[in-house]
Amino acid sequence: MSGHEEYKPKSKAGKWLNDRLPLLTLGAHLTDYPTPKNLNYWWTFGGILTFCLLTQIITGIVLAMHYVAHADLAFASVEHIMRDVNYGWLIRYIHSNGASMFFLAVYIHIFRSLFYGSYKSPREVIWIIGLMIYLLMMAAAFMGYVLPWGQMSFWGATVITNLFSAIPLVGDSITTWLWGAYSVDNPTLTRFFSLHYLIPFLILGLVVLHIWALHVPGNNNPVGIDIKKPSKDTVPFHPYITIKDAFALLLFMIVFAGFVFFTPNVLGHSDNYIPANPLVTPAHIVPEWYLLPFYAILRSVPDKLGGVILMFGAIFILFVLPWLDTSKVRSAVFRPIYRQFYWIFVIDVLMLGYVGAMPAEGIYLVLARVGTIYYFLHFIVVMPLVGLFEKTEPIPMSISEPVLGGGAELSLAKKDNGKI
Amino acid sequence: MSKEEKNVKRRDFLFTASYTVGAVGLGAVVWPLIDQMNPDKAQQALATTEVDISQVEPGKSITVLWRGKPVFLKRRTQDEIAEARAVSMDDLPDPQKDEERVKEGKDEWLVMLGVCTHLGCVPLKDKGDYKGWFCPCHGSHYDLSGRIRKGPAPKNMEIPKFEFVDNNTIKIG
Repeated sequence: MSGHEEYKPKSKAGKWLNDRLPLLTLGAHLTDYPTPKNLNYWWTFGGILTFCLLTQIITGIVLAMHYVAHADLAFASVEHIMRDVNYGWLIRYIHSNGASMFFLAVYIHIFRSLFYGSYKSPREVIWIIGLMIYLLMMAAAFMGYVLPWGQMSFWGATVITNLFSAIPLVGDSITTWLWGAYSVDNPTLTRFFSLHYLIPFLILGLVVLHIWALHVPGNNNPVGIDIKKPSKDTVPFHPYITIKDAFALLLFMIVFAGFVFFTPNVLGHSDNYIPANPLVTPAHIVPEWYLLPFYAILRSVPDKLGGVILMFGAIFILFVLPWLDTSKVRSAVFRPIYRQFYWIFVIDVLMLGYVGAMPAEGIYLVLARVGTIYYFLHFIVVMPLVGLFEKTEPIPMSISEPVLGGGAELSLAKKDNGKI
Repeated sequence: MSKEEKNVKRRDFLFTASYTVGAVGLGAVVWPLIDQMNPDKAQQALATTEVDISQVEPGKSITVLWRGKPVFLKRRTQDEIAEARAVSMDDLPDPQKDEERVKEGKDEWLVMLGVCTHLGCVPLKDKGDYKGWFCPCHGSHYDLSGRIRKGPAPKNMEIPKFEFVDNNTIKIG
């Protein structure tokens, strides 16, 4: 139960190993790791994401055994996987839908962090490593989408790599370097395959750092207060959190399986079942759903370089979020004003995602521009100012008090919100 | 100069020299790893294409693939040339005369990369507000000279290096 007692292996062999490589101590730390007892189901997505990563790695390694990374053969090899390879259809559908499930889970995970203030001191490094994982996920997903070498693969690759041509002076050289040719071509496909295989393992390494950084301050929790560890406010990770994570994972897998078995192509685009043709651009190019908000931001700017800068800026601004948020109170549960802005922001991002899937004209263009402006206002203006002027609600002294008292015992609450 | 001071100076020199040699060596190793991603000799070997244009009627165009990119070869009518030349330079985001975009004496032939200068899609012919090309991806309009008129694309469609081998053949590249 207590994570602070020095761990001593019971068996002689265990002691022998542990003296040389303290793996058993690490295992004991992970098992006993004191976790806030009030974690809700929004906290189960870390485990779900680990599952998603492993699913993608395992199915990906298997697919690579049958896939051929060549412009003339890639499309046919994917069809070969779908029609000839034993269970190939299942493995490929798990992999392609798995990417969407991965992003679904990561967006919930990120928005949970935004609501409960998990990115704030002392957890900035966890947040930044998480964002690096998110960036690598987008790179891996983009390159993976290119591999089937269908029309959307080819033209998606063309549009995204051309973003780099917006860079002044060296843009065109960089684009040619990325392609390894004078357009998206076979050299582009082979390097994307190589990198697509590499990135998941980079992500795995960052996940280890993400969890390591988490285990230094410990989990944030729904009330967002610092807690003593271990104490009345904590439970050991195993079995309390493992069983909760496992239950949430089962529910998640039902949704996952629903997509895989009943609508495996609903999240994809039918144009990608047409082989790549460098002479014809599909009438309506859209990225995968998880990139749509950023695509809407890109298209909302009537200037090439400006659009590219804002699109990347929309992601990179998240890296400085811990310093843009001036509020000392972590959880939005006790922040009546921020709570409202949070939901406006959620709606704003969903709206950007919707208009990103629509043609860039008329009302959609207006909405995209309004949404883009608000997106940046939320971080640059709302976050710093609300933190300074908001009157937050009283914060409990510990997790146990409101829980055991059957309601918030305000006499026990700290009036001074400056120190939490 | 004391012996100790002399030693410090010698040590500083050795550090600086070692770092410099190390940095040069690292650069020498890293550069091949970076440069291998640039277009290889096989890609560069595809640098020219010859096109037979004898079958193209006035007002029609053909599309050929050059270096993996489409090239539009349009044989313009006299009306179309006149229209392209009547445009005021003030109406062009990327001002360029039609005369600069064609070969002298062969001004019915417009030869250009069929690649939108925004994000690289292939524009559709005979569409858009300026009777030239229209890019379906993000809505850029090009005129009869392939010049950008409206939309997010920053530049006119690019004119590749090309020459007339004879009256019926164009060599691109």
